[in-house]
Amino acid sequence: MSYTGRFRVWRGDTDGGALQDFEVEVNEGEVVLDVLHRLQATQTPDLAVRWNCKAGKCGSCSAEIDGRPRLLCMTRMSVFGTDDVVTVTPMRTFPVIRDLVTDVSYNYAKAREVPSFTPPADLAPGEYRMQQIDVERSQEFRKCIECFLCQDTCHVVRDHEENKEAFAGPRFLMRVAELEMHPLDVADRVPAAQEEHGLGRCNITKCCTEVCPEGIKITDNALIPMKERVADRKYDPLVWLGRTISRRR
Amino acid sequence: MTETERHDYDVLVIGAGGAGLRAAIEARERGLRTAIVCKSLFGKAHTVMAEGGCAAAMGNVNSNDSWQVHFRDTMRGGKFLNSWRMAELHAKEAPDRVWELETYGALFDRTDDGRIHQRNFGGHTYPRLAHVGDRTGLELIRSLQQRIVALQQEDHAAGGDYEARLRVFAECTVTEILKDDDGAIAGAFGYWRESGRFVVFSAPAVILATGGIGKSFQVTSNSWEYTGDGHALALRAGANLVDMEFVQFHPTGMVWPPSVKGILVTEGVRGDGGVLKNSNGDRFMFGYVPDVFKGQYAQSEDEADRWYDDQENNRRTPDLLPRDEVARAINTEVKEGRGSPHGGVYLDIASRMPSEEIQRRLPSMYHQFKELADVDITAEPMEVGPTCHYVMGGIEVDPDSGRSSVPGLYAAGECASGMHGSNRLGGNSLSDLLVFGRRAGLGAAGHVESLERRPAVRDRDIAAAAATALAPFDTPSDPADAENPYTLHSELQKAMNDLVGIIRTEAEMSEALDRLGKLRERLRDVVVEGHRQYNPGWHLALDLRNMLMVGEAVATSALLRTESRGGHTRDDYPTLDPAWRRRVLVTHVTEDTDSPADDTVAPRVDVEPAERTPMREDLLALFDLEELEKYYTGGELAAHPQGGRSAP
Amino acid sequence: MTTSARGVDAPGRAQIDARTLRADRWWLPPAATTAGLLVFLVYGGVRAFQQQYFFADERYLTPFYSPCVSLGCASEPGAAHFGMFLPDHPLIPYAALSLPFLLLFRLTCYYYRKAYYRSFWLSPAACAVPEPHATYTGETRFPLILQNSHRYFFYLAAVIALINTYDAVLAFRHPADGFVVGVGNLVLLVNVVLLWAYTVSCHSCRHVMGGRLTHFSKHPVRYRIWTWVSGLNTRHMFFAWITLGTLILTDLYVMLVARGTIVDLRIIG
Repeated sequence: MSYTGRFRVWRGDTDGGALQDFEVEVNEGEVVLDVLHRLQATQTPDLAVRWNCKAGKCGSCSAEIDGRPRLLCMTRMSVFGTDDVVTVTPMRTFPVIRDLVTDVSYNYAKAREVPSFTPPADLAPGEYRMQQIDVERSQEFRKCIECFLCQDTCHVVRDHEENKEAFAGPRFLMRVAELEMHPLDVADRVPAAQEEHGLGRCNITKCCTEVCPEGIKITDNALIPMKERVADRKYDPLVWLGRTISRRR
Repeated sequence: MTETERHDYDVLVIGAGGAGLRAAIEARERGLRTAIVCKSLFGKAHTVMAEGGCAAAMGNVNSNDSWQVHFRDTMRGGKFLNSWRMAELHAKEAPDRVWELETYGALFDRTDDGRIHQRNFGGHTYPRLAHVGDRTGLELIRSLQQRIVALQQEDHAAGGDYEARLRVFAECTVTEILKDDDGAIAGAFGYWRESGRFVVFSAPAVILATGGIGKSFQVTSNSWEYTGDGHALALRAGANLVDMEFVQFHPTGMVWPPSVKGILVTEGVRGDGGVLKNSNGDRFMFGYVPDVFKGQYAQSEDEADRWYDDQENNRRTPDLLPRDEVARAINTEVKEGRGSPHGGVYLDIASRMPSEEIQRRLPSMYHQFKELADVDITAEPMEVGPTCHYVMGGIEVDPDSGRSSVPGLYAAGECASGMHGSNRLGGNSLSDLLVFGRRAGLGAAGHVESLERRPAVRDRDIAAAAATALAPFDTPSDPADAENPYTLHSELQKAMNDLVGIIRTEAEMSEALDRLGKLRERLRDVVVEGHRQYNPGWHLALDLRNMLMVGEAVATSALLRTESRGGHTRDDYPTLDPAWRRRVLVTHVTEDTDSPADDTVAPRVDVEPAERTPMREDLLALFDLEELEKYYTGGELAAHPQGGRSAP
Repeated sequence: MTTSARGVDAPGRAQIDARTLRADRWWLPPAATTAGLLVFLVYGGVRAFQQQYFFADERYLTPFYSPCVSLGCASEPGAAHFGMFLPDHPLIPYAALSLPFLLLFRLTCYYYRKAYYRSFWLSPAACAVPEPHATYTGETRFPLILQNSHRYFFYLAAVIALINTYDAVLAFRHPADGFVVGVGNLVLLVNVVLLWAYTVSCHSCRHVMGGRLTHFSKHPVRYRIWTWVSGLNTRHMFFAWITLGTLILTDLYVMLVARGTIVDLRIIG
């Protein structure tokens, strides 16, 4: 089955742009990215789209479809009616480069701010012993394909540009959690999670979890457990009372 | 020409997949200033697509495993065409490379005693693949990526600059390798995809790690980046390619809907009990066991079904024959009219185990079919067919150092050749990336350290590269001749797929070369719209040069090799010919001074046969003479300790 | 930064007129949440201060009045099991020892936080829908930093759930008829089971039981408990809502029986 689909695609760059209307052939079984490729091949050869594997495994083709952050390659046309106008825009949390391509360097900068895996100093390669049940939590987080849709949807930075400096975003708070729960990581990551990576700014409204194409339970399994670990250290009233009393003396 | 950005490094790595990142880590750890250039964002390379695992004879699950067994399996899989030295190094070093990943933070699935778990895979005698569910490639690339970040953090701690000694140039495409007057590597020329601005790298060592060539074929499991850039860059720089006729078609790719045609369906489906059936419902693989494997595979469905539970007393199902055999069998079934509605065959797991079991064992396959094809694999069979998956051929390199014939030019990973012979075993590619990525990094570092002076890039080369890159913006003399890059690409893919695909004949390949020749003419008139900023049409136009050169290399080599072996099947020469085992087909750029100037776009290639180096005696002795006699001519086996019965 | 150049309109981002392009009914879930929470707050508020119809058939004590520790509880002999010491004052609920903590337990609950941040504070109302606030600091400052005290309210909530369980068990014993089972017993029982499910499925509970451990393999029992709590935890939102419903229904049932509007059906005894 084939029909003429109606699309509104944002075209432009940092200087401005607009939603442009297109009519383009849509075939059975296609995803939004297929239709954008057909647009490139037939109407707009210079339409900028970032993509790579087209199988939901690399996390390159992140954009927003009808206002919702999605992977272009995993959004099937069958979820729309043949009369629907499908609106495609770039991610709106990051600076735009051109058309559907955004500058995601914020994420790479944040990645660098998380101290790397720190194994015990005396453990030689090949001597690592870990139990399956101990690695499973971190393995869930390592399913992340770094599409940055969670970073895009998170209102902390989406709605507040000024928070970008202090807030690592769900992806990299999850990275902190991954290392914190790694059975052989010896670094203490809890204080930094709150003080340097901005965990306190997360108000657990779960948009990151909703949007994750890998189905990672970011909020329940990474962010809240980290908040609890921070509470262990920082917000235990008994500890606080003890500290306050000792300070008064 | 607009002003060109310039950078100076010791080692330039092109490609940020497993091999490129591992090479860069090694060069940087040797203290060299290293740059990584990649077409995609950092961490998106095709390595993420690898599912099954990373083969390394650690012996964690079966302690009988050893490098010798792994070596033998690799050579058998490649039908004894492999560079034996690479297969040896690979088998010996893979365990260390996997353990090293753990120090970078990788979390593989574990055995009960806490070591890395290893799984069975086609062609491997013992459970050998370190894995993380069915996303091992992602784990590998993320671990290497995080190691790069760790090194950058070290530099930041030392001097306040993350990129002081290791920098990633993401979304940057290299279009030409630059050499100095003496023919030594001096750097590379490329452009930023984002801005279209040119960039020149000065570096005395360049490591190519650009992956494969799948995008020259219509049906492929490969991503858009796989346009054979490294292969073509090496050719244009004067290096050789070898074994280009060997292209692996994975037997099970998705065939429906069209938009996902070619996407991989993991071998694990068959490993876990899925069986192939034709439209009559027959398990046709029982009719396709070749003579060399007779006796090793089950002959009845009952025995095959018992094998899943009792592997000691039963032979394995022919559904798990090597990839080349299965791919050919599917191709034959479809050709003879017993295919599925969309031109594949059925892969049925739904009728073989309960729904929950399928979802537990094959979660990502379940989701892949559910989300992309709206097929519930727990309720109905999948439709599958062969898909272009991997190229065994590539840049000719020194096994120990990854050095090509051009001083300063190195290669590793899929774009290098030798390791896999005529057919790659599943799981050997991730370990290949690590072992030879590291070795190329070491090789390049050694080269840089031994240099007395740094080669300088030549301004005229830069000007020429810039002119070639900008040519697609010029309208041809007759605007009616203007060619659309997307059209050319799809015609090239069709020619390669239909005529140089899984089954080849002389007539079809001649036809293919004919069509490629015409495409070469039309490529000169390719025109792109718009400007240089993130312009996919322009990017494709430049990648087309590489795909065309690689396509000619594959078709020409395949035409010359008059036998069938591994990833090269000739309908007109259907059997393996021992005389061809020792011959290697070498591709290089035509040194024809009379060629028209236009050919700087995509220089023509020639293919010539040469001799392979005979295997070292101690390695040869690892095999039984009887087995070798299936592959070798008598005279070659004189060195075997069993005497070489038919030796002169 | 001017108000118009905030968030998705910040300099550098793609210039799109619409603040959100979501075309679905994204406002429905926050609206429904607001309505649901308001219904509960109004009902609970009225009932907490009503100070009558809280004890029925000499054995059913509504959870809104448990533990009944006001001097006013004397109006219903048998309702107070833990002594009566709080002054009987219209502004002091009879269960003033438990209600504030139960409220705080739910107020600091990770699920309810999401619910009211979205529905009452519109921060954000729905994913990828711009929030109206000019600045945002999340839970880094007073008063929201106090959300970190959730675990202590969890401990208290567990104690109160014990008391509710005690009430539900005690309700099987009629002062005159001995062991009896009425519909009200089932109502109380279902309510208390679900209250436990909500309490135990709490994220803090999950953390305390085992989530804080790095090496599960060294604590097999705690790992098993953690696994079980984690299973419940995935339904925390479900329990959060269902218990609001069962609390109202339980209380309503006790109230109606106490007022004599309906008669509690005896199944046994």
